[in-house]
Amino acid sequence: MTTSGREPGREPGQSGLLAPAGRAPSRPRRAPDGVPAEADRPGAGETAGIGTSVRRPDGRLKVTGEFAYGSDLWMDGMLWGVTLRSPHPHARIRSVQIGEALATTGVHAVLTSADVPGQNAYGLEHADQPVLAADLVRYAGEPVALVAADHPETARLAASRIMVDYEVLPPVTDPVAALAPDAPALHPGGNLVRHLKIRKGDPEPTADVVVAGSYQIGMQDQAFLGPEAGLAVPDGAGGVELFVSTQWLHVDQRQICAALGLPAERVRLVLAGVGGAFGGREDLSMHVHACLLALHTGKPVKMVYSREESFFGHVHRHPVWIDYEHGASSDGTLVYVTATMHLDGGAYASSTPAVVGNAGTMGAGPYVVPNVRIDAYGVYTNNPPCGAMRGFGSVQAAFGYEAQMDKLAAALGMDPVEFRCKNAMRMGSEGPTGQVLDSPAPVAELLRRVQRMPLPESGSADLRSLPGGVGNTTHGEGIVRGIGYAVGYKNVGFSEGFDDYSTARVRLELTGGEPVVTVHTAAAEVGQGLVTIEQQICRTELGVGTVVVVPKDTSVGSAGSTSASRQTYVTGGAVKAACEAVRERLLARVRERGERELAGLRLADGLVLADGAGPVGAIGEFLDAGPIEETVQWRHRPTQPIDPETGQGFAHVQYAFAAHRAVVDVDTELGLVKVVALDCAQDVGRALNPQAVVGQIQGGSAQGLGLAVMEEIQVRDGLIANPSFTDYLIPTILDVPPMRIDVLEYPDPHAPYGVRGVGEPPTISSGPAVVAAIRAATGRDLARVPVRPEHIAGPA
Amino acid sequence: MEFLRPESLGEALAARAAHPEAVPLAGGTDVMVELNFARRRPAALLDLTRVGELTGWHADGGTVRVGAGVTYAELTGERASGGQTALGRLLPGLAMAARTVGSPQIRNRGTIGGNLGSASPAGDCHPVLLASGASVEAASVRGRRQVPIDDFFTGVKRNALAPDELITAVLVPAPGGPEQFAKIGTRNAMVIAVAAFAIVLDPVRRRVGTGIGSAAPTPVRAVAAERLLAGALAGDGLWESRGPLPEQVVTEFGQAVSAAASPIDDVRGTAGYRKQALAVLASRTLGWAWRDYRAAGQQAGRG
Repeated sequence: MTTSGREPGREPGQSGLLAPAGRAPSRPRRAPDGVPAEADRPGAGETAGIGTSVRRPDGRLKVTGEFAYGSDLWMDGMLWGVTLRSPHPHARIRSVQIGEALATTGVHAVLTSADVPGQNAYGLEHADQPVLAADLVRYAGEPVALVAADHPETARLAASRIMVDYEVLPPVTDPVAALAPDAPALHPGGNLVRHLKIRKGDPEPTADVVVAGSYQIGMQDQAFLGPEAGLAVPDGAGGVELFVSTQWLHVDQRQICAALGLPAERVRLVLAGVGGAFGGREDLSMHVHACLLALHTGKPVKMVYSREESFFGHVHRHPVWIDYEHGASSDGTLVYVTATMHLDGGAYASSTPAVVGNAGTMGAGPYVVPNVRIDAYGVYTNNPPCGAMRGFGSVQAAFGYEAQMDKLAAALGMDPVEFRCKNAMRMGSEGPTGQVLDSPAPVAELLRRVQRMPLPESGSADLRSLPGGVGNTTHGEGIVRGIGYAVGYKNVGFSEGFDDYSTARVRLELTGGEPVVTVHTAAAEVGQGLVTIEQQICRTELGVGTVVVVPKDTSVGSAGSTSASRQTYVTGGAVKAACEAVRERLLARVRERGERELAGLRLADGLVLADGAGPVGAIGEFLDAGPIEETVQWRHRPTQPIDPETGQGFAHVQYAFAAHRAVVDVDTELGLVKVVALDCAQDVGRALNPQAVVGQIQGGSAQGLGLAVMEEIQVRDGLIANPSFTDYLIPTILDVPPMRIDVLEYPDPHAPYGVRGVGEPPTISSGPAVVAAIRAATGRDLARVPVRPEHIAGPA
Repeated sequence: MEFLRPESLGEALAARAAHPEAVPLAGGTDVMVELNFARRRPAALLDLTRVGELTGWHADGGTVRVGAGVTYAELTGERASGGQTALGRLLPGLAMAARTVGSPQIRNRGTIGGNLGSASPAGDCHPVLLASGASVEAASVRGRRQVPIDDFFTGVKRNALAPDELITAVLVPAPGGPEQFAKIGTRNAMVIAVAAFAIVLDPVRRRVGTGIGSAAPTPVRAVAAERLLAGALAGDGLWESRGPLPEQVVTEFGQAVSAAASPIDDVRGTAGYRKQALAVLASRTLGWAWRDYRAAGQQAGRG
């Protein structure tokens, strides 16, 4: 198994990891084409350890188009599954007739809710979402029936022949109105998913200067490029193996088992190639559906969503309505903040409770505020379900609190950066939950660093550098430049008492006479580069260059979710701990040989070294006695639930901070925006792979920019109006400027290697900085994002 | 689904007559999207990519005949080595419009004939063709005809072609004066028009041409605006003097263009914004066109 993916003689550091399994010899089981089998030849021995920008093993395959994504899965004799979805946001199902669909030539199965053998309900935090709607649909796009056929076109045709008799009900689409006592209850417990309260300090504070504002944040989509895809293979004994693009294999497995009524050992999951996630793959999509069809037909069943279906197939970022009031003393010291937030969770809970938790507990921003009163509500409606997306509640809050900071600075006559720095959190500050920041929190330094960066030059005549781009809408007319600042923060890892852990299995053995490390975790590689990090840690800890990354599957314990900026911290921590356990056993063998007293034993460059002596020997010499394997479950220090009445408690294990400065040119007559510069400073604790860190900051900044000026799922009466990349716009290369990025490394003493989560913070502050810059250029309030041209150029 | 692959125009017209239900396919940048989104399942596709007669262009006595199969990339006239091709220099308005279409991949595939065949109100070539007074050449087994562009767009995504006709070429009067095209989208590239505007000034015929995109059920001209401007230019002797345009003329022209639009609210923008933006685009493009005209006059004067 450990050598199955290795191919000799490859160029160091560029080996064909994540190659389709079909190319790799001796796969242990029958597997479809398109499952990433990951192996590596050494980079340059230990020099490819932590702190170096080793190249991604999957990089070359991805840029040449050879990487096998979930949508590339293939197995001879497989069937294609499709999903029939509700066209109505709210309706009672009177009947479902499948006869005509089932009679279609080439169709093998048509399934409805009656065919779900286990619990017809799943969900990350509450099992409130049906696998297939039984008597009620709560959003447009909710799955109602499934078809498996020998061709996808046949399956789609048959799906169109399923007759569903709906009694259409009026949809509940306003999250504030949904909480009214007379609003129709969409779930048995009513429409409130969570009400988070934060109460700190004086309940009736007063201040010299008070500003208030109401803000609205639109529904963003993760817009990952690889649509939902997977292949379910029945094992012939009542169980099933699912190859799937996902973020967290074990939480999928738990929910699939409940729906199928099968124990965990009968449902095995293997990670297929993932084309981006950003939170959108944390919930189930086609997982149970494909398994149901496979178990029913006895054949492998593949399901791939189209781009349009993908908009209905995953949760989105919560749209949020926020009312803020801030008070400050006349010397510019923050006195209080009050906030009321309504997060539209849509039809099902998904991770709404946790998103509410973040929006609320971090709703005051990275500032010291002695008096805090925040109410955050997560609400059920008949809108598309919302859940995890990069930044997870912090993104929405930051648009509001950062706008408030600029308003307050203006009211006080202070420079917006000076005002922020005066009130910035630092190590030792107490947050709104009463938690004391016990690791570096260089908020002011981040702001001052972006402020000190050189400003871009103005005035190129090239259309591509102007608002409107190649549309030729201005040759300079109407253009005003604006500069805006923002800083944001977010928790890393799972919070509020969640048992957040990861599992790593590390094996050290001789293969062909050379020491080879094999690392096995279930941590999903979704494009962020964790496979590289796992290899780097093994090289550093064990001094061995060749590290094989075993395909991610459920035959090893849970790694937790690839989300919350947590995998380098938590799975990295688990891999490090497993390596340490392996190293201890190897060093025990060294000591057992006992030729002399050895101090400071360590491993490096394939050798066992000791203080004051030459090499004790090659690592391989101590592996003749057999392989060493250790499996370690590793936890970060525990967090606590917060008090339900006051929101006080040690809720978050770590915070991560980033600051941005945006420079924009705005065509004030047409309302078009060109972001000229979007510069960032971020503290990452320790950059294990500096190039990957910069990549995360660039990508996160671009995603925040997208929400600021263009990305929005437009929902009208519960229906998505723009489910395509023609009308759901994401930034192009002409919308994203070159970025100056300043990476700070202040180690967190509580984290392995001092690392701090990287992926989310840049998504939080980039958008608010862009909007601040547009405000500076136009003088408009711009209380809603995305900012659209008519908000800038239309009637004020 | 039947896939028809004629090798010549004659074969293509025969196939079109025999299979009027077949959807003509050139670059596929519209048709394939509809197929992929399962919005359309035509009984047959008529692949025109092997029909040599549809490719290429030539200039003939004041008219440029652009084959229906000419791609946006060819229209932009951008050479990989820099500089512009002869076609790009000859039809600068179409070059500007083609430059705003999609991505490089789409510009390499999509064709002017396909743009007209789809007849979307947001088609990027349409405003320029309207402003130029172009004609669409249609052919069938019954013969050839020229459809004036003003009569070509008959409704949302509908055109004046008979069921057995194919678009073979576009006939564009070679401009005697400046042309401008501007298009608004909510991102800076690869975007469907929220509103678009084209202007053509023809000092030889003393003609002003306009075209509006994405702001009415079909692409439309702003006829009153054309008259207003042509009247002002003639009345003040500005064609001859090449003097500065009075600010009031520029403003009124913008307002008249805006008044000619009948836009709707949709996911791409509001009706009110489209109206307002068209006034700005019309005034700006007129300013640029007139500046070009004056500069050309100064150059001629020096020569």
